[in-house]
Amino acid sequence: MDYTLRELMTICAAREIKNGDIVFCGTGISMLAAMAAKNINAPDSVIFFETGAIDSKLEDIPLAVADPRIMYHTSANGGLMEAFCTMQNPMSGARIVGILGAAQIDLYGNLNSTVIGEYDAPDVRFSGSGGACDVASFVSRSIIFMKMEKRKFKKKLDYLTSPGFLDGPDGREKAGLPPGGPDKVITDMGVMGFDEHTRQMFLIGCFPGITPDQILDNMEFEIRTDRAVEIAVPTQTELTLLREKCDPHGLIL
Amino acid sequence: MKPEDNKVMQLKDAVSKYIKHGCHLSIGGFTLNRNPMAAVYEIIRQKTRDLHVYAHSNGQGVDELIGAGCVSHLEIAYGGTGKFMPTCIRFKKAVQEQTIIVEDYSNFQMTLRFLAGAMGIAFLPTRSSLGTDIINKWGFPKEFRKQHDLIPNQKLVVMDNPFDGWCDTKKVVLVPAITPDVTIIHVQMADFRGNCRIEGLTFADVEQAKAAKRLIITCEELLDDDYLKNDPDRNQIPFIHADAVVKVPFGAYPTACYRYYDYDAAYMNAYARAAKNDDAYQQYLAAYVFDCPTHTHLLDKVGRGRVESILADRNRGYAKNLDRK
Repeated sequence: MDYTLRELMTICAAREIKNGDIVFCGTGISMLAAMAAKNINAPDSVIFFETGAIDSKLEDIPLAVADPRIMYHTSANGGLMEAFCTMQNPMSGARIVGILGAAQIDLYGNLNSTVIGEYDAPDVRFSGSGGACDVASFVSRSIIFMKMEKRKFKKKLDYLTSPGFLDGPDGREKAGLPPGGPDKVITDMGVMGFDEHTRQMFLIGCFPGITPDQILDNMEFEIRTDRAVEIAVPTQTELTLLREKCDPHGLIL
Repeated sequence: MKPEDNKVMQLKDAVSKYIKHGCHLSIGGFTLNRNPMAAVYEIIRQKTRDLHVYAHSNGQGVDELIGAGCVSHLEIAYGGTGKFMPTCIRFKKAVQEQTIIVEDYSNFQMTLRFLAGAMGIAFLPTRSSLGTDIINKWGFPKEFRKQHDLIPNQKLVVMDNPFDGWCDTKKVVLVPAITPDVTIIHVQMADFRGNCRIEGLTFADVEQAKAAKRLIITCEELLDDDYLKNDPDRNQIPFIHADAVVKVPFGAYPTACYRYYDYDAAYMNAYARAAKNDDAYQQYLAAYVFDCPTHTHLLDKVGRGRVESILADRNRGYAKNLDRK
């Protein structure tokens, strides 16, 4: 079957979303994954934006989290205060799944979306946290999109923007953060999870044609690969709904 | 209405009256939506310098102020406009070349900081960012903070929960209030006294407006005294906070204004291309900002056809069939 890597990654993320989940999404592929879940496997999931829109109809794909397309046919149009309070509140926060991306990730799923190099004199400056640090601090689990490259899977981050498990199993508790943390990392070569005891990243599975060694070759740190299986490819139904219902004009795919 | 209640001004006069060199400024909107762009372009034309800007995620407006050399300090959560500029280009360049000093916070923290300013309280607590470099790494050195009365001595402070673990919380981060000299917001409707109606998401505009010492409002529609008061449930900002009201149709252009017009994808793409090259950027500034004495001139230059193509479907709030590639 013909599909692109981007389509496969989007479908993999969508499959992680269940009915009843409240899905926080950012821009680009994360927004598309939330739309795909809603159209394919989790029609009763709720799409939610940090800008304050909740349960947007999304007749047309938004290109930013402040796109007016997210304001149409919502349960409520609020503002940033409402959105972040919904995440910080443990009653609603426990139902929220965050979808994030970053420039760098480490073994414990901490993310950098701020700088490469020194903070005061960066080699490369990125957008910064936006709401990502808030989401990573508050919500029960997050799904992270990453491209497999050595310079992105780092032993030590240049800047820790958004907390994963920080330095280990009790990292979040020591720092004073609520429980939660990263759940899956979806890359262009396979999918990773986090061990429930060590909180370290491990390989869940490879995409067709990819070996665990190829994945390790694209990381600066080692992860366990002994539990890896092959990831199921998208079905025709998944692909059709993704292409025709979610992004018919190919704005993100 | 008494004559002294009338706060209506020309944009040029409002900007020159309130936004001075070194001013601490915050602007409303979010990434590509309801940025007060007409006011931003007027600030650029007036060559205001050394601005200290506060923003959560204002993409387009902040990037243009930085690109034109108006900004020296920036407190921000996010510099991007989504698909068009995943990272704001002139912002990125200025930080890398160290021509501006930036201090990073998260979006919730910036929102809480504006709310603290609006509440008249020195700080507010949150649990966001515990254990991260947002707390550990400072853009403004301690000495710089001590020397400046308008910024607090610390970036953020971590504190044990004084209520002994109440609400399952051991620690909190205290975020300091922001009280900008001026906030500028662009809204759908305002009246002569400065009552405001924002349609769609308010982002943090209301907190930003109420935190500021002076508030400039630009609006799509300027209405008579009773119009907004006849339907007060839909209004967000009462006139007591307002200092200047300026009617500027398409005042958020090229960013979007819900129920009025969409963002102009063609403009945003052309902007991003120009922003990548210093010469092209100077040509952009000359043609689209300095050669356009008013916002109407900019709209004329872009062409009325283009402007009509982004007009919003009133029910949906955006331009349904807009080509956004």
